[in-house]
Order: sequence, then structure tokens, then C-alpha cells
Amino acid sequence: MRYAMVIDTLKCVGCSDCVVACQTENNVPVGYCRDWITEVVDGSYPNVELELKSERCNHCENAPCVRCCPTGASHIIDGGIVLVTPEECIGCGACIESCPYDARFQHPEGYVDKCTFCHHRVEKGQSPACVSVCPTNCMYFGDLDDPNSEVSNLLRNRKFKTLAPEAGTKPHVYYLI
Amino acid sequence: MQEELFISGRDIPNIDPYLQIWHWPISVYLFLGGLAAGIIFFSSVITVLGKDKEYVGAVKYATLVPPVALSLGLLALVYDLTHPLYTYQLYTTIRLESPMSWGAWVLLITTPLTFMWVLTYYSEFVKNSSKRIGFLVKIEEFLVPYRKQMAYALIPLSIILGVYTGILLSAFNARPLWNNAILGPLFLTSGLSTGAATIILLAKSSAERHLFTRIDLALIVLELGLIVHMIMGMHAGSQVQLEAMQLLVGGEFTLMFFGFVIILGLLVPASIELMEILGKKVPAAVPAMLILLGGLIFRFVMVEAGQITRYLY
Amino acid sequence: MDKSRRSFIRISALGAGGVAMGTTGLGLYPVSFDDMGVKASAVPLTRTATYCEVCFWKCAAWAYTDDKGDVVKLIGNEIDPHCYGRLCPRGTGGVGMYSDNDRLKKPLIRTEIDGEQTFREATWEEALDLIAKKFTEISQAHGPESIALLKHGSPGKHLEHLFKAMGSDTIAEPAYAQCRGPRETGFAATFGSWVGSPEPTDIRDTRCLVLIGSHIGENMHNTQVQEMSDAIDQGATIITVDPRFSTAASKSKYWLPIKPATDIALLLSWMHVLIYEDLYDKEYIDKYALGFRQLKDHVRTFTPEWAYGITKIKPQDIRRTAREMANAAPAVIVHPGRHVTWYGDDTQRSRSIAILNALLGSWGRRGGFYFKESIKVPKYPHPEYPDHKWGWKELGKKYPLAQMGITTEVIKASIPNPDNPYPVKAWMVAGTNITKSIPNKKLLEEAIESLDFMVVMDTMPMDVTGYADVVLPEATYLERADGIRSATNREPSVAVRLPAAKPRFDSKPGWWVAKQIGERLGLSDYFDYEDYEDVIKWQLEQMGTSLAELERTGVKMYPRKSGSMYLEKGEAYEFSTSSGKIELYSQELKDLGFDPMPVYIKHPEPPAGYYRLNYGRAPMHTFSRTANNPNLNDLKDENRLWVNPKVARILDLRNGQEVWLKNQDGVISDFSIKVRVTERIRWDSVYMVHGFGHTNKKLTRAVGKGINDTQMISSVAVDPIMGGTGMRGNFVSILSENPHKTVEI
Repeated sequence: MRYAMVIDTLKCVGCSDCVVACQTENNVPVGYCRDWITEVVDGSYPNVELELKSERCNHCENAPCVRCCPTGASHIIDGGIVLVTPEECIGCGACIESCPYDARFQHPEGYVDKCTFCHHRVEKGQSPACVSVCPTNCMYFGDLDDPNSEVSNLLRNRKFKTLAPEAGTKPHVYYLI
Repeated sequence: MQEELFISGRDIPNIDPYLQIWHWPISVYLFLGGLAAGIIFFSSVITVLGKDKEYVGAVKYATLVPPVALSLGLLALVYDLTHPLYTYQLYTTIRLESPMSWGAWVLLITTPLTFMWVLTYYSEFVKNSSKRIGFLVKIEEFLVPYRKQMAYALIPLSIILGVYTGILLSAFNARPLWNNAILGPLFLTSGLSTGAATIILLAKSSAERHLFTRIDLALIVLELGLIVHMIMGMHAGSQVQLEAMQLLVGGEFTLMFFGFVIILGLLVPASIELMEILGKKVPAAVPAMLILLGGLIFRFVMVEAGQITRYLY
Repeated sequence: MDKSRRSFIRISALGAGGVAMGTTGLGLYPVSFDDMGVKASAVPLTRTATYCEVCFWKCAAWAYTDDKGDVVKLIGNEIDPHCYGRLCPRGTGGVGMYSDNDRLKKPLIRTEIDGEQTFREATWEEALDLIAKKFTEISQAHGPESIALLKHGSPGKHLEHLFKAMGSDTIAEPAYAQCRGPRETGFAATFGSWVGSPEPTDIRDTRCLVLIGSHIGENMHNTQVQEMSDAIDQGATIITVDPRFSTAASKSKYWLPIKPATDIALLLSWMHVLIYEDLYDKEYIDKYALGFRQLKDHVRTFTPEWAYGITKIKPQDIRRTAREMANAAPAVIVHPGRHVTWYGDDTQRSRSIAILNALLGSWGRRGGFYFKESIKVPKYPHPEYPDHKWGWKELGKKYPLAQMGITTEVIKASIPNPDNPYPVKAWMVAGTNITKSIPNKKLLEEAIESLDFMVVMDTMPMDVTGYADVVLPEATYLERADGIRSATNREPSVAVRLPAAKPRFDSKPGWWVAKQIGERLGLSDYFDYEDYEDVIKWQLEQMGTSLAELERTGVKMYPRKSGSMYLEKGEAYEFSTSSGKIELYSQELKDLGFDPMPVYIKHPEPPAGYYRLNYGRAPMHTFSRTANNPNLNDLKDENRLWVNPKVARILDLRNGQEVWLKNQDGVISDFSIKVRVTERIRWDSVYMVHGFGHTNKKLTRAVGKGINDTQMISSVAVDPIMGGTGMRGNFVSILSENPHKTVEI
């Protein structure tokens, strides 16, 4: 089982619903966010291009954050979801330094926090909060090991990219372009 | 023109606009750890080579520093943690892929050993036998015959201690300034150099002082070579590494780096030590202090500048 | 709303059901998750049916409350045709409206302490008694008509009932004359029917969507954004006409970077191409439309070459896009937009859009515009409303085709003037922050100064509350019951709003306020219920369902009764115009002295050193309503001024630099705004998101952030047909130095 998220940048309008839904679902304190929107503008008027993306922890297969954690608080569970066990985390910050996507942050209660692919919903058969709320339906979540899942189909039929592939992290969030 | 921005106002404390996770306690610890590693290395090698009676300053007096340094360093580390009540979790597992885990275990083993080393000279320090504490004398009597074995154990431990701080940083491929393999040997060399400088300060004979001046000069030359190697490597690296290098050379850290680390911390002490070797009379304390200062500032610069460099955005 | 976050994550980390798969680790004390087990998933949440009030789309939702009774999460209702289970960011962030501690907490009454005017807290008794007393006084002296209601949304409905019971029909909402009024009149003059709300655009089946300045994706009209996304999936063409590279423009096959204020020229030249290249829907026009020959004559000279000179859009692009539209017809939508009060000839521009749609045959066709239907909610029994001597109709009689109250006319009538036969003496403002919606601040302030009495009912201490005599703290939509939602759509549906949480602080629901005032005015017969839920219960029973059912489902769909959504082939259909046909040539307009067919009029251009002020929406905010909402403020806490790099170079502006604005009438912005240098805006314009620049210090998160664009709108171009206030004819110059620092000696 390899969970992955596929996001269609052609449909994303950057509304940030995924950000606020994640905050209400996971009680993320205001002022912190587990996912965010980036905008890239290229060209010059009137030949302009725009790309909007919703970014978060990529739940990498070769996760540097899991590798460098001295206590094992940062770990990967069944399905490839990277999680942090709060009472094993000492707050050393090594994982934050090691993430090329700057996806982790120090929670005010002391431990390190980040996107969890809403795995408390995934194990009930639901999709993560961000995927369920997206008003443009541009986010997809599923099992890459299942050749008939929606995410496998999309990656087979559409052009896609990942973030910072040269970092060698083998991320599990794909962007359709 | 290209624009890259965050739309949903991402402004996470200590993460944006650049990382501010590790502060001065980490830099201080890196310095103290390297310093302790250098002193332990030299004193252990001298003991193993049987020359401990000749170089008393290194073996007996300088070794008073590592226990203090390591304890202070450890305190600084724990102070920097944001979830300190769970520090014990470090010792419930050994994670071979995490340099920080190595460091935690090495510290756990080395620190008591340095205390024990100092204890083997307890009687020599507390000359008045009536002032000596009974059970400490007993421990000393137990330990003294094993001094050579302790030295054998401490040599690899000190090398690991000196090098792991560099490897720790270089393992973070997400921070372009740190992500080069030179950092391990560079921190080790710097640690040995600061250790030698401390021994110079606490040397008890001019022979000792001269020996360590020579050793220190060699180490400084090696360190300069490694720094040049590091900068050239970043210059020939990817765009993010180029930008990282530009922070040190021609950016906000240029003054600190070139002024304090390279010139005041390496070149000036090297020239002074060279003059001493050539026979001129110079106050030995001056280059030693400069080296120590340079070592500390070097770690400050690396920790701060490294967190400014990022892979994306 | 502090909860133990750690217990939540801990449980979620454990609940994986599998043992942690570490990498290489000699786990000396492995933490066995199986031991700790899968605890009962977090705190059990209760859900209540409601519909959102953050904007006008009214998506039905489930409000989830925890064991302390606080609202923690809002999720869309799956079966609701307004949202299909997905709320927009404002809806999801609605929890912030509930949790915001800057909310109005107690009724406030204006008083004077030590010579300074301020507010003092009062009891509801006191405040309501004062309102009833003043209303009675003013009614007796000038008639109940002289008390006006400026409203928006659900609270407005309750107060509208009160006012009508009082005998006042002096009711207006900014949403008409400051927003969609012109397009309703324009489409009514053509098709005999308003566009309405939500717009009956069949985007999900369209093959070509044409947006004239509309920025779907930055405006968050929920199902329109969802359907636009579906359309993109199916390969539909999007054509965007906008001087700014909007998000919709970035997803468009054709982006026409039009010169501002020249849209009618483009629309007329499209008509020319469709007609003279024989691309229009002949059968449709023959059967359903009137005035084709006059239209053909009218657009003969409006060639793409002519339009090129005015709009700066290349003739081949005009032809190509027209052909693309015709290719897709009838599954094509020339979108009517929503906020269309731009330059004063907006009804005519909306008419152009309506005529284009008619030529393409999209009205009443799949992929174009469907025939919308709603179900009528029976009125709870009450005595007939008393007659009124004058009301909004009389106030707006200068504008013959105004079909709702014109706020600006109400405001003008509040200024004492011996020639004014309809003097307005008091206002009640509910659910609208008129200081941000009404342009021409001088006029607004003059009117407010002259009022005998002003009551404001709001949930937040918005800037408008600073002008009131009495401020009433309203409970948010999550804490109250309101009227049944029954909006037009493909199929009729109703949704209920029931209170999910108790009103925080001393706030009260709008229906209770209306009832309390009504009872004090002797109108208890109009409020013959104890709790508004009794009204809802009665209404639902009349409609063949029950409150119990709606509590369970939140939404109920009803079958269509008015026939098919689309025109059948060859169907004889009568449009609600006076001729029964689509009026390409409008005799009605001609009779009233207006152009029967739209013409292009040149509008003022910015003088040298000035830039046209354009404004729009952000998808995470609803105008000024959400600027202080903690969740939404976290996403975007201020607006930025979009400036073209060429302009930035000339004026030496850097990204992030603070600047002030001064407009053509010398109005200077209160606050500064940060510059965003971007290629997305034309060099003759600047752009900012509306709804920032609040002055009330009680809005701790929003005060002083960004600029209030309404403040810079002092020049208003009034649409002579229905009184709409065109606001895009204002030009600003950018000041790098703080103009407020200059001290006058």
C-alpha cells in the first residue's frame, strides 16, 4: 500500500480551502499551517503564465526527516505515511532542518508537527480533509500500488512533476501539469 | 520577470521567512564539543605513546576542560530542545542513520570517561591528604591502573565526537550551505585546532608549548585548505549551493566569516605561531585566544547562515 | 477554544492499527502501538443542520460542535446543490466567526462623557426600549416611511418583515445598486427575466465559457467554481476578457487583455462577426427573437477593426474568439458577471451580453442558461401589511427601470433638502458594512450626520458601528435559526438553519430582535410565535415534510413543476417580455428615452501620473465581513497593490514597499498598502482586493491593514436606467512618502 496525493494544477485556483479545512479538522493553532498555497508567475504582460499549487509534507519514501530523527519519533507507518509520535519527540529540530520542503514546524506544545495525510480519516476509508473539501475537485488521494485507483490512472495518463526531485526524497505528492 | 510567493500567508514562527530553529546554544555546543574532542584526542594519544610525564599540561591540566565543556554543552543542548521532558527518549534507541543519535550516545559514554580521567589525577591535584574525600580516593585508586585502557577507548570516541558535529550538519541535504562532505573533517580539524590552542594556554613547559604550536600550525593550514575546498565545491555546485556560498563570500556573513574566522581566527594566529617557530618571542596566549574565538564564531556563522539557505522558495 | 491537541494527535498516531515501521533502529524499548489501542476517535462531535451566511451563496452545511458546545468544524452538506458537500474557504472558516473574541458582546448606546462621544454598554431592555421610543417618535412626526432599512442577508429578512409591519417600504440593499442591479435590468429588458441568484449558468455542461471581467476562482461562487473545474476537465474553452491576468485568465484558452472601460465595443464587434459571418443561431432567433433586422443594421459599422482601435484587442483575436463561441453554441455562456456597476452604462453592457447570448442561442439551452426554479415557502400567517405613502419605488422614480430599492437614493433622501418630498429621518442597518460598500464617503457621512437616529445590528464591530446611536450585537448564523432557504436552481431545494451553539456573550438572533421591537411597537400580531423554530416547523409541514426530517438531512430536494430546464426543439416558448419574445431591440428602453440597442461611449481615462483603480475579490474573504475572522485573517490579513513592473520602474517602487494613494479628487488613503510588483496587471491600472483598511480599533486583527478601496472611490457614475453606481472610474496616484506626516503650521 503506497498512499499518494495527486493535485491538478490546471484546476487549482489557490483558494486556500485546503489550508483552513486542515486547520479545523486537525486543530492546528491559528498562525501555523500544515499546508499552504504557492503561486508562480512567469512571463511579462500580456504573455503571462500562472501556476498555483497546494503544498504540504510530501510523505517521502526516502524521508530525510525519518533518517535523522535521534529518537525514532519520526517514523513511517503502513501505507508510507510519515508521522511524528509526540511523546517520543524531544524537539531537537533536526527533522525541520532536514526537510527540503520546509514542511515541518514546532508546535506550540513543544513537539514537531506536520501534515499527517489525515490518516485518522484514511483508515476509516475517507480522504484527507483537504482533498474532501477542495471546491475545484483538483485533489486526489489513493493507493499507488493499486493499478486501478484514480491516482494511478492520473499518473499514467497525464504529465506530472514532483517538488525538488533532485533532493532524492522520492515524494508522494504529485502535481499534474 | 518571475514571481514566487505564498498565497495563504504562510508565516509560521521560526520557519518563515527563514529557519530559526537552532540558536546560539547549538553553536556553543558545537564549539565546546569540538574543543573537548581535541583535548581528549591529544591527551589520549600522548598517554598511549607513554609520553604523559613529559607533557603534563596536556594530560593533567588541559583535561580539566572536557568534563566542564561537555557538561555545559549538554546543558546548552537540552536548553535548546522544545520538548525537553522527553529527552530520555534519546536513550531508548540507537538509530544508526541519525548522526544526532550517535552524538547522544557518544556523549553519554565520553562525558563520564572524562570525569573519570580527571579523577585519576585527584590526589595529584589535592596535595593535602587530609582534604581528600574518601570515596573519591578509592575510585582513583581503582582507575589509575586503567588509564592507558581509557586512553585507548577515548581516541576513537574523541574522533567521533569531533567529526559527528560536522556530519550532523552535512547530512541535511535540505540546507545547501551544510550539504557538503567536507564539513565533517573540517569540524574535526577545527576541533583539534581549538583543543591544541587550549593546551598551549595551559602548557606547563616550553617544550610542550612548542610541540603544540607546531601541531596547531599544521592543523590551521589543513583547516584553511579544507575551507577553500568547501567554498570551491559550493561554487561549482547547484544554484542553491552557489547562493549559499554567496552568503559567506560577498553577502551578510562576509565580515564575520572573512574578518573573524579566516583572518583573525586562522591567518593571524598562524603567522604569530610561525614567528614563534622561527625563534621570535611572542606571547603564546594571543594566537591561542584568537583561535578559540575564531572557532566559536565559525560555528555561529555556519549555524545561522545555514538556516537561511533553503532548497525551495 | 483550547483543547488538548496532544491527545488528538497521539490517538491518530496510534490509531494506525499497524506497528511503527522504523528504519534501521535498535529499538530498545519499542513503543507498541497495539497496546495503547485505537481509542474512541477523539471527542465525539454533534452535528446540526445549517446553511452558511458568510456570503450570499448559502451553502447548506453541517456544524460540528464538541462536548463543550463550541463549533469546531463546518462540512458541506453532500446533497446540497449549492455546494455538493464542499464548502468554500469562507464557509470552512466560518468557525472563526463564532470564535472571534473581537465580536460585539453587549448592546451599546451612544452617550457623551466629558464632552467626548462614546458608547456605553446597556441591557437589551434599555436598547430595545430606546429603539422603540425613537421609532415611534419619528413615525409620528414624519411617518413610518421616513425610517429606512439598509440590509443584506438573513438578518435583513427578519427586519424587512418588521419594517413592512411598521408601514415602511423604504428598504434597500447595496447588493442592488452597488452590485448586480444593472444586469438584472439588462437581462430583464432582453429576456424578461432577471439573472437572479445563484446565476442559472449551466457551466458544467458548457463547451465555451466567456467571462467579461468576471473572476471566477477569485470570487468563490461555490458551484460556479466547481462547475468551471468540471468544464476544464471536459476540455471546455474559456475566454476571459480582463485587463488583469486573473486566475480564470490563467486557465483560459484565450485571454483578451482589454483596455479598461471598452467592453461594450468588444461585445458589439462580436455581434457584428456573429451576424455578418452567419454564425448566429438562425433558427433560435427566427423563432424567439424580435428586432434582429434593427440589430443587424446597428452593428454594421462595429467591425473588429473598429473595435481594435478602441479595445486594443487584435481583430483576428476578436474573430477567432467569436468563431469559437459560435462553434460551441448553444452550449456557450457569455457570463453576465455579478458585480457589474462599473462605468455608469452598465445596464447597456449587460444588455449587450444578453443580446450576445441570444444570438448564440444559449438562453434556455443545455450548456448555456437553464430555466431556474425554486419552491415557494409559505408565509407564516400574519395580518396584512399596512399601506405606505411612499417607499423605495418613489425614492428611485428618477430611474424608471429600478426594480429594487436604490441605497444611494435612500442616502440622498436623508440629507435635509426642502425640495425632497420623501425625507428619510432614521436608518436601521443590518448585515451590511455600508462604509465599505457605499462609494462617495462625503455623501454618506453628510447623510449620517443629518439623521435623527441610527441603529446598527451586526456581529462584529465593523466601521459602520462607529456611526450608530444604538449598536445591537447579533448572534452569528451558527447560533441562531433563520428563514428556510429556498433559492433558484436546476431543481428546487430547501435548507434549514438551526442553532448549532448557544449565542456567545450577550448576542441575540435577528428574529428575536425584530420580534422584540415589533412587540414594543404594538405589532405582536405580526410575530405570533415564541421561537422562530415554530415558524420553520409550520412552514415545513406545509411543504410536505417536517422539521424532524430536515434536522436529519439538512436539505430536501423537490421535483420541478414548471417544465423542462431547457427549451425543447421547436417548442413555442413565451418570454416574460412585453412582446413575449427576446427583445434584441428594446422598445421599452426607447420609450423611456434610452438607447434601444447598446452603443459604445468613451469613458474618462486616467490622467498622466494616475492609474485606474481596479478592485476585486479574494477567495478566502467575503468583502470586509471576514477580514477579522481569525482563521481567514491567518490566510490573508491585508491587501496588496498590484503594480506593473514598468510602472514600478518609473516610480521606483520595490516589492513590499509601503505606499499611500491619492485619487483624482484629492482623497488620500488613511492607511498604507504594500506594493506587489507583478506582470499580471496592465500598466495603466492598479488592482487591490476589496474589504481591508478597517479603522475600528476593536477589530484587533484587521485594523489598519491595507487600504479601503471604497475610500478611494469618490467619483460615481450613475446609471440613468436603474440608478446603479459605477465605481471603476476612479484614478489614483501612488505616493511613496507618508502624506499624513506633513504637519500643518
